[in-house]
Amino acid sequence: MNDQVTLMKGNEALAMAAIRYGADGYFGYPITPQSEVLEKLEEEMPWETTGMVVLQAESEVAAINMVYAGASCGKAVFTSTSSPGFSLMQEGMSYMCASEVPALVINVMRGGPGLGTIHPSQADYFQACKGGGHGDYHPIVLAPASVQEMADFVALGWDLAFKYRCVSLILADGLVGQMMEKVVLPEQRPRRTEEQIREQCPWAVMGRKDMRPKNIITSLELDDDKMEANNHRFQATYREIEKNEVRYELVDTDDCDYLMVAFGSMARIAMKTMEMAREEGIKVGLVRPITLWPFPSQIIAEVAQHVKGILVPELAAGQMIEDVKLAVECKLPVAHFDRLGGNVPTPDEMLKALKEKLINA
Amino acid sequence: MENNDIIKIENRVYKKPSLLNDSHMHYCPGCSHGVVHKLVAEVIEELGLQEKAIGVSPVGCAVFAYNYIDIDWLEAAHGRATAMATAAKRLMPDKLVFTYQGDGDFAAIGTCESIHSCNRGESIAIIFINNAIYGMTGGQMAPTTLLGQKTATCPYGRRADLNGYPLSITPLLAQLDGTRYVTRQSVHTPANVRKTKAAIKKAFQNSMEGKGTSVVEVVSTCNTGWKLSPEKANQWMVDNMFAKYPLGDLKNVDAEKKD
Amino acid sequence: MKAEIVIAGFGGQGVLSMGKILAYSGLMEDKEVTWLPSYGPEQRGGTANVTVILSDDRISSPTLDSYDMAVVLNQQSLDKFESKVKPGGVLVYDSYGIHQPPTRTDIKVYRIDATEATIEMNNSKTFNMIVLGAMLKINPMVTIESVLKGLKKTLPERHWHLLPLNEQALRKGMSLIAE
Repeated sequence: MNDQVTLMKGNEALAMAAIRYGADGYFGYPITPQSEVLEKLEEEMPWETTGMVVLQAESEVAAINMVYAGASCGKAVFTSTSSPGFSLMQEGMSYMCASEVPALVINVMRGGPGLGTIHPSQADYFQACKGGGHGDYHPIVLAPASVQEMADFVALGWDLAFKYRCVSLILADGLVGQMMEKVVLPEQRPRRTEEQIREQCPWAVMGRKDMRPKNIITSLELDDDKMEANNHRFQATYREIEKNEVRYELVDTDDCDYLMVAFGSMARIAMKTMEMAREEGIKVGLVRPITLWPFPSQIIAEVAQHVKGILVPELAAGQMIEDVKLAVECKLPVAHFDRLGGNVPTPDEMLKALKEKLINA
Repeated sequence: MENNDIIKIENRVYKKPSLLNDSHMHYCPGCSHGVVHKLVAEVIEELGLQEKAIGVSPVGCAVFAYNYIDIDWLEAAHGRATAMATAAKRLMPDKLVFTYQGDGDFAAIGTCESIHSCNRGESIAIIFINNAIYGMTGGQMAPTTLLGQKTATCPYGRRADLNGYPLSITPLLAQLDGTRYVTRQSVHTPANVRKTKAAIKKAFQNSMEGKGTSVVEVVSTCNTGWKLSPEKANQWMVDNMFAKYPLGDLKNVDAEKKD
Repeated sequence: MKAEIVIAGFGGQGVLSMGKILAYSGLMEDKEVTWLPSYGPEQRGGTANVTVILSDDRISSPTLDSYDMAVVLNQQSLDKFESKVKPGGVLVYDSYGIHQPPTRTDIKVYRIDATEATIEMNNSKTFNMIVLGAMLKINPMVTIESVLKGLKKTLPERHWHLLPLNEQALRKGMSLIAE
C-alpha cells in the first residue's frame, strides 16, 4: 500500500494538504464543525518543519484580516471557519476581492440562520456565490464531495487564486469535514522563497527591495471613474474565470431520463439514490457542480435537452435551484428537495422525493 | 545680502526626509498628522529601513498615509490594522511593521484587535493618534472625546450618563505582558516633537529586534473638528487633554531592566 | 464486497474509535472506506454513533437509512437502530443494560456478553476489541491481521506493547459467537 494513502477527516485533510502545498500561514478561530483544521495544524507544528505560521486569532474578524495582510504580501495564506464565522468574514472577502489578492478561505457549513446547529448545511450558497459582502465581486467557489477533494482543492484553490489574483473559497459542509475517508496526500512542496514571491507577485507588499517603486495594497479609490475602471477590471477577470475554470462531474447522464443537480455531500447521497432508482428501472443522471461559481450552466443545459425533468436536492431551502432554472431557462420542470437546519436526508428520502416531485408529479 | 545668497546647499539647516514625497497632503493646516508623518519618514531613513518598512494605514484621516510616505503599505479595513500587522510581521519577521491609527480606528472599532495584538506581544510598532474626535467623517464623538467636549454626535457636550466615559486605552495596554514599550507624547512644541521622534525610533527598533509590541500614543489636535484656530487648539489640548491623557512613558521594559 | 455498518452506544464508550479501527483495517486491505460520526456535544455523555462503509468500489452516500450490520451498546441505540437493519441483516447487542431485547425475526440477532468478557479478561479497556472480534466473526469483512496492522500503524510506538492484548481481546470476542 502506498505510504501516502491514509485515513483522515476532511478537516484534517485540509490542514495536511495546506502544509504539503508549502503554505506560508494559517490564521483562524475555532468553530464547530471545522475546528480540526486548526487542531491538526497545531499538532503537526509545521513552523518547525516548513516554517509555516499558524496562529489562533482572537476572532474570525481578526483572522480574515490577517489573511488579507498575508495575501497582500504575496504569501500563501488561508483561514477556515463555519457559517456564523463566515458571516463575520464577509467584509474581509469584499476587501480582498477589491484589492485583488490571492487568498484561500474555507467554509465548512453548518445549519443556520443565526447560531443555528453544528450539523451539515449548504445554506451559505448564496452568501458564497452571490456576494455576501458588499459590492460586485466573486470568489471562485469549489465544492468538495469527498475527503480526497478536500485535500485536492487546497492546491487547486491556491493555484487559481494566484493565477487570477482572486479569492478561492472551499465551500464544504459538516459532513465532508467530519467524515473520514481514504486520502492520498500530495508530496511536500517547499515554501516559496522571498525572491520567488517577489518574482511571481511583483505587486506584493514586502518592503521596497533595491528601492523599487512602492507597492500599496488598498481597496480604496475615491475617484469614481478610477473605481469604475477597477470594477471593469474585476469583471474582466471574472469573465476569464467563467471561460476557463468551470468544473463539474457527470454521473450516468448519457442515458438518463431524469437529472439531479447536487453538490458536496448531497451529491454523494444523490449517487446512492440513483443506484436505488436504477434497480427499479428509473434512469437518473447527476451533474455535480465542482465549481459553484463559475456555475456549470452550459453542461446542465446540454444534459437537460434529453431529460424529462430535474431534481435539485439541497441542504438549503432553494438556493442553487435558481442557477439551475436559469441554466435551463425554465424549459422543463425543475423540482426542489431539501432538508434544513443541520438535518441530512437518507437516500430513501431522496428517492421518495424524486418520485413524488418529479416522476409522478 | 540677497535671499538667493542665503539659500544655498551649504547653508541648509533642515531637510525634508526623502521618503516624504511632494504629494499635496489632504490634512488641514494645523493638524498634527503632518508632523508625525514627517517623523515616521525621518526615523525610517535614519534607521536605514527604507527597503524593509511596511506600514499599515487605517480608516480615518490618515487613510492616505500611503500616498505621502514612500514605503510599501497595506490599507486596512476600519480597526483591523494591528491584525494585518500581526500577519505581516509573523510572515516576514525581518521587516519593520508598524500601524498608524486614529482613536476611532484603534480604540473603538479596533479595540479587540488592538488589545489582542498587544497581548500576544506582536513585534509591531503602533502609532496611535489621539485627537479626541472623528476628523475624517466630520467631527463626531470618539471613544477618547472628553466629558463636556462638543462634537457632531454629542452637540451639547459628552455626558457620562449618555455617552460613557472617555477611554484612556494606553495605560490598559501597558498592563499587558506582551507590550515592551508604551508611551504617550505630543507634537505641539519642538521639544515634544523631538521626544515623539525618539519614541517612534525606539518603537521601530523594538519591532526590528523582535522585542514585543510598542505603542506610541500621540495626543494631537484637530483644529477643524474642534472648531479652533491651530494655535488655540494647541492651547486647548494643553489645558484639557493632558489632564486626562498625561504625557510620558507608561511602560519601558528596557529602562526598568537598567534600574 | 460491500459492508454497511452502524455502531451506536453511549458517548465515551469508544464507539467512534471502534469504527475508526474497523475503517483503518479496511484501508489496510486497500478497500474504499467512509467513517461518518455523529459529532458535537451530544458525544459527551449522550449517545454516539458512527457509520462505517467498507467497499471494493467507490462509495456513494456516506449516510444511510439501512445497514447490513448494526452494533448497539445501549437501549437507546437498540431502539433507534433495530428497525434500520436490512432484512436478512445482522443486529449485535451487548446484553449489559438492555432491558428490552430486540424483537425482529427477519434479521439475525446476536446477543454478546462483552462487558462480562472484559471482567474475565480483567481489563475493561478491552471492550471495544471484544465487540469488534464478535463483529468480524459474524462478518469477516476484514482479517484480524489487518486490524492489528492498522492498529500498529495508528498507535504510537510506546503503545505497541498493547498489541498482543488487543489480539487476545479480538479472539475472545470471536469466541463469544457460537459456530
